[in-house]
Amino acid sequence: MARHVVAAVGEIAEGERKLVTIEGRNIGIFNVEGEYYALLNRCPHAGAELCRGFIVGFADSDEPGHYKLDRKGEFLRCPWHGWEFDIRTGQSWFDPKVRTRAYKTSVEKGAELQKGPYVAETFAVKVEENYIVIEI
Amino acid sequence: MNVTVPLPKQQTPAEQGLSIVDCDIHPAPKVVDELFPFMAKRWQEHLKTFGSHVRQGLSDGLAHPRMTPDVARVDAWPDDGSTPGSDPAFMKRHHLDANGVEYGILIPLGRSGSHQRNLEYGAALCSAVNDWQISKYCEFDNRIRASITATQEDTAAAVAEINKRAKDKRFVQVLIPPRAVEPLGKRRYWPIYEAAVANKLPVGLHLGGMGGHPSTGSGMGSYYIEEHTSNVQTMQGLITSLVIEGVFEAFPDLQMVLIEGGFAWEPALNWRMDKHWKNFKAEVPHLKRAPSEYSKQHIRFTTQPIEEPEKQGDLRQIIDWVGVDRLMFSTDYPHWDFDDPRYALNSAGLSVAEKQKIMSGNAKALYGLQ
Repeated sequence: MARHVVAAVGEIAEGERKLVTIEGRNIGIFNVEGEYYALLNRCPHAGAELCRGFIVGFADSDEPGHYKLDRKGEFLRCPWHGWEFDIRTGQSWFDPKVRTRAYKTSVEKGAELQKGPYVAETFAVKVEENYIVIEI
Repeated sequence: MNVTVPLPKQQTPAEQGLSIVDCDIHPAPKVVDELFPFMAKRWQEHLKTFGSHVRQGLSDGLAHPRMTPDVARVDAWPDDGSTPGSDPAFMKRHHLDANGVEYGILIPLGRSGSHQRNLEYGAALCSAVNDWQISKYCEFDNRIRASITATQEDTAAAVAEINKRAKDKRFVQVLIPPRAVEPLGKRRYWPIYEAAVANKLPVGLHLGGMGGHPSTGSGMGSYYIEEHTSNVQTMQGLITSLVIEGVFEAFPDLQMVLIEGGFAWEPALNWRMDKHWKNFKAEVPHLKRAPSEYSKQHIRFTTQPIEEPEKQGDLRQIIDWVGVDRLMFSTDYPHWDFDDPRYALNSAGLSVAEKQKIMSGNAKALYGLQ
């Protein structure tokens, strides 16, 4: 399992995303409240580039006529048919059996990266900075 | 238990050696002024001064708010931020080239004259939209084909427009909306069918529109999802009207295409029509055959938005009931409910030959695409 440096910390602002291609796979890296998550950029429903969708909250209702929007910024809505996924897990909201592939992310120090067996070909890693790393 | 279900990466139909005819592509003007070169000064002034007056409120809007701006795929906005479908170069790159579309058929909706209460203005708008499709799209890319928009409530104007356009073989069908003032089987609309047959053109019926009737048989729903689902009722009412009124007895060469209305409901409708016909034959003696026979012989369906049954084999069963020869692939580009040709038919268990018929062969034969 290779580990890839995909961005420097600070490059992806909170609530934003970065799309990367690693080993031929298109992947979206998301910053949700300061934590990083990575999802395959292909919707499990019909193949759209899921990670280009709207970042939204969760519309909930206890009964008809009462509505609330919470968990703002934690869901990704597909740019085609609107299927919603939990960015943290890749889990579909309407059908929990369906998930898009999620990848493990971590934040590592530049000094550590330069020592380890990491793939960092697109980044000039500086010792003093922190980097987002995903495992594939 | 949660299961990770990543969709496997698929080859495009072109990579699989299949060709595609997309029977439902929506063009749009960037600005309405684009139509002015094709309209008499009088009607340009009319549009600017009075605007649209259709048979329901919200003249230039839609009855229910859509889930995405302009009803579009979020990724279908051209680089300059103009309306999806309005930039032929972007459409070529983003859809026709990317998906290997061999022919694409335009279905203009937004500025259609079909629903205008001012019939002369409606006819002028239809005619302008017809010129505009050729000038802006067909001349830009020779894979693109146009639809003759016509005012179904002024059949003399519609027939004149059909006869005028039919000489240009880039027009492949007549396009009228499925919700008119009355059900489309009524005789007031027959001159349109006569003109279509005389010019060897099918009649396309794309769901939606602003004909003044709700999509349900029982009034206006509250939500977009209700409307989107109940469009099926519109299409069922349409087939029932066309068949029972005897349209296909009067015009045995007429072919119709129901666009974007689904198809899985049609077998059940046919069974029901046939059951009732056995009881009520005496009421409609002009029907010489079972209703389902007219429907099967004269009506085809585009595939999008394709039904997605829970069990994989069920779609195969439905397609067998409807008939592989009656289905024609469509994407609805650039709208949000786009069907991707890499994935849309994969769960149907089709042979390569069957898939090729649905992806392009049936449409090529019907529309005379070489």
